[in-house]
Amino acid sequence: MNLSDMMNIGLMQGFAGLSLFAVLLLMGLGLAIIFGQMGVINMAHGEFMTIGAYSIYLAARVTESLTPAFMPYYFPIAIGLAFVFAFIVGWIVEWVLIRHLYKRPLDTLLATWGVSLGLQQIFRTFIGPKEVSPTLPEWLMGSWTPHEGLDIPINGLFVLMLTALVTGGVLVALHKSRWGLRVRATVANRTMANATGIDTMKTDRLTFAIGCGIAGMAGAAFTTIGSTGPTSGSLYIVDAFLVVTFGGAASLLGTVVSAFGIAQTQSISEFFMTGSMAKVLTLSLIVLILMIRPQGLFAVKVRR
Amino acid sequence: MNFIKASILRYQLGSLLLLVLLLAVVLPLSLDIFRLNLVGKYLTYAFVAVGLVMVWGYGGVLSLGQGVFFGIGGYAMAMFLKLEASDPITTKIQSTPGIPDFMDWNQITELPALWQPFKSLPLSLALVVLAPMALAWLVSFAMFKRRVGGVYFAIITQAVALICTVLIIGQQGYTGGVNGMTDLKTMLGWDTRTDSAKYILYYVCVGLLVLSILLCRWVQTSKLGTLLLAMRDKEDRVRFSGYDVSNFKVFTFCLAAGLSGIGGAMFALQVGFMSPSFVGIVPSIEMVIFCAVGGRMSLVGAVYGALLVNAGKTLFSESFPDLWLFLMAGLFIGVTMAFPMGLAGLWDEKIRPWWKGRRQALREAAVKPPTSTATAPAPASLSPSPSPEPQLPDGVGSQRA
Repeated sequence: MNLSDMMNIGLMQGFAGLSLFAVLLLMGLGLAIIFGQMGVINMAHGEFMTIGAYSIYLAARVTESLTPAFMPYYFPIAIGLAFVFAFIVGWIVEWVLIRHLYKRPLDTLLATWGVSLGLQQIFRTFIGPKEVSPTLPEWLMGSWTPHEGLDIPINGLFVLMLTALVTGGVLVALHKSRWGLRVRATVANRTMANATGIDTMKTDRLTFAIGCGIAGMAGAAFTTIGSTGPTSGSLYIVDAFLVVTFGGAASLLGTVVSAFGIAQTQSISEFFMTGSMAKVLTLSLIVLILMIRPQGLFAVKVRR
Repeated sequence: MNFIKASILRYQLGSLLLLVLLLAVVLPLSLDIFRLNLVGKYLTYAFVAVGLVMVWGYGGVLSLGQGVFFGIGGYAMAMFLKLEASDPITTKIQSTPGIPDFMDWNQITELPALWQPFKSLPLSLALVVLAPMALAWLVSFAMFKRRVGGVYFAIITQAVALICTVLIIGQQGYTGGVNGMTDLKTMLGWDTRTDSAKYILYYVCVGLLVLSILLCRWVQTSKLGTLLLAMRDKEDRVRFSGYDVSNFKVFTFCLAAGLSGIGGAMFALQVGFMSPSFVGIVPSIEMVIFCAVGGRMSLVGAVYGALLVNAGKTLFSESFPDLWLFLMAGLFIGVTMAFPMGLAGLWDEKIRPWWKGRRQALREAAVKPPTSTATAPAPASLSPSPSPEPQLPDGVGSQRA
């Protein structure tokens, strides 16, 4: 093995870490809004991702049967649809359940666990118990070869780009828009925000729904990597919570950094041991660091 | 006589007696051995739920990793039973006889050091309780000393549950992997699969459960219990009074872990196998649900919760295999939204005051001549003192460090 081969392997390994980073960040981002900002323990977050993934699958099926010529272009629109569907379901869930539970954060856990069970059964009844994957457009397949021996998968690149877009969008929206201002005010002090004329109920509902919508987009991105089944959401939920907690719940930048750190630890240790042991090692490290630094990497110092 | 009456009231033994009557007399007489064995299986979860009442209801800290402690207890018992089931004679077709079959499949030729203690029954029984407690101490000590609680603690315990599941599944040669430990037949030569053995194990399980409830009740009525409640509601005030809050929390958490371990061991004995599917996140959350349905402040309620949810699960999934998840979802959401204190709360807040009011009304009607009811003082339904608003142990105060 010569030097350029080594470099190629290193680059591809690094890229594997990067795409894991993108996946973790996408999972964590919606939760960083719902759990980190609002303090709602949304155990149904994984199911919102599944809603997004199924939206892509359904869009692909519909496009395939109605307008096969449109196949190369349907994907971006379907991602929008994934957002919309998850947004609507999130809106309803907030309206029916969550708004009664803001004063009892740990109870949101139980209620949303019920929601997650219900959604799983809905998927099983209406879409089917089998794992499905959508027909992806041609341009998402294959790999990009900048030079001999170095293959970068296009779907990985796509997920990375989507992540960058969504993250940037959320960061800008939260810190530069009126909505972001209202969200931050409501989160910091609900009563005071209400007194200053912010409709906190509306803000909460919109924020929760947007968080769910982002989860839907994350699910949409996952369809380029793997297949989707009724219970795939539950595979991601702990990772998502760990990403958010590890980064420091109230800090979006912390979520980005923690997703990067976790992804790199995982993919580097996978080089030396089996996948499951790498996962054990990574998770144990996170738990240990959280014990030493319970507020996460980027703790926001506020007196409440 | 008065002393007995006083202590029955003090430790709320009335409801416990009713439970014992149900578990020890009514159910064994009315169910066949297959169903009774199922009830015994549900009761092993009740150990966890009782522990959760202590940690969550009284301590104000929610743990999402109780399945781990249940699993450790269960695996400790299962490892002892497995070693007994794989003696050199029954395993002589293996390439190395005398070790469990899954080790043989994974090319392990010698019993690992981890398994050595489980050759002796007393050591295994001790580990059933002590190993979960040790892990619980390890997880909770650092966290409670640093005043981490509430949501963060819940998530870290959840991560611990995930770590344990991945570890157990990954280390197939040592743990049996996804299949877990199966074919557990005898305990010291005593066949645990016969009907009489099942009856005996059921009664042992009921007895241990009652002992655990009494132990927890004793803790609750002691000064420690008072402090736990005080701490749950105003942690800082207890701390400023000079108490080291974290030690109490660590103690309760370890107590709950030990109880869960006993539950796990009884599970392995009664069901005859142990697998990672009882360790992970989903079973751990379900155990919290048992506790929530029964009532997070009531030890006896937690047992009913475990029985009801599991019986419901079995019956629903038998008769409506497509709908039972919807029913479970409805149960979780409904209980959380409508009865935050669970069934026991429903009893304490709604039925008992109504019953008391009714009794008082009857008594007043009996004392006073019926003609004077028009001038009677306040209607009886208003007379019982309004019960104070239930305090929800959400750990809201404790999650802010």
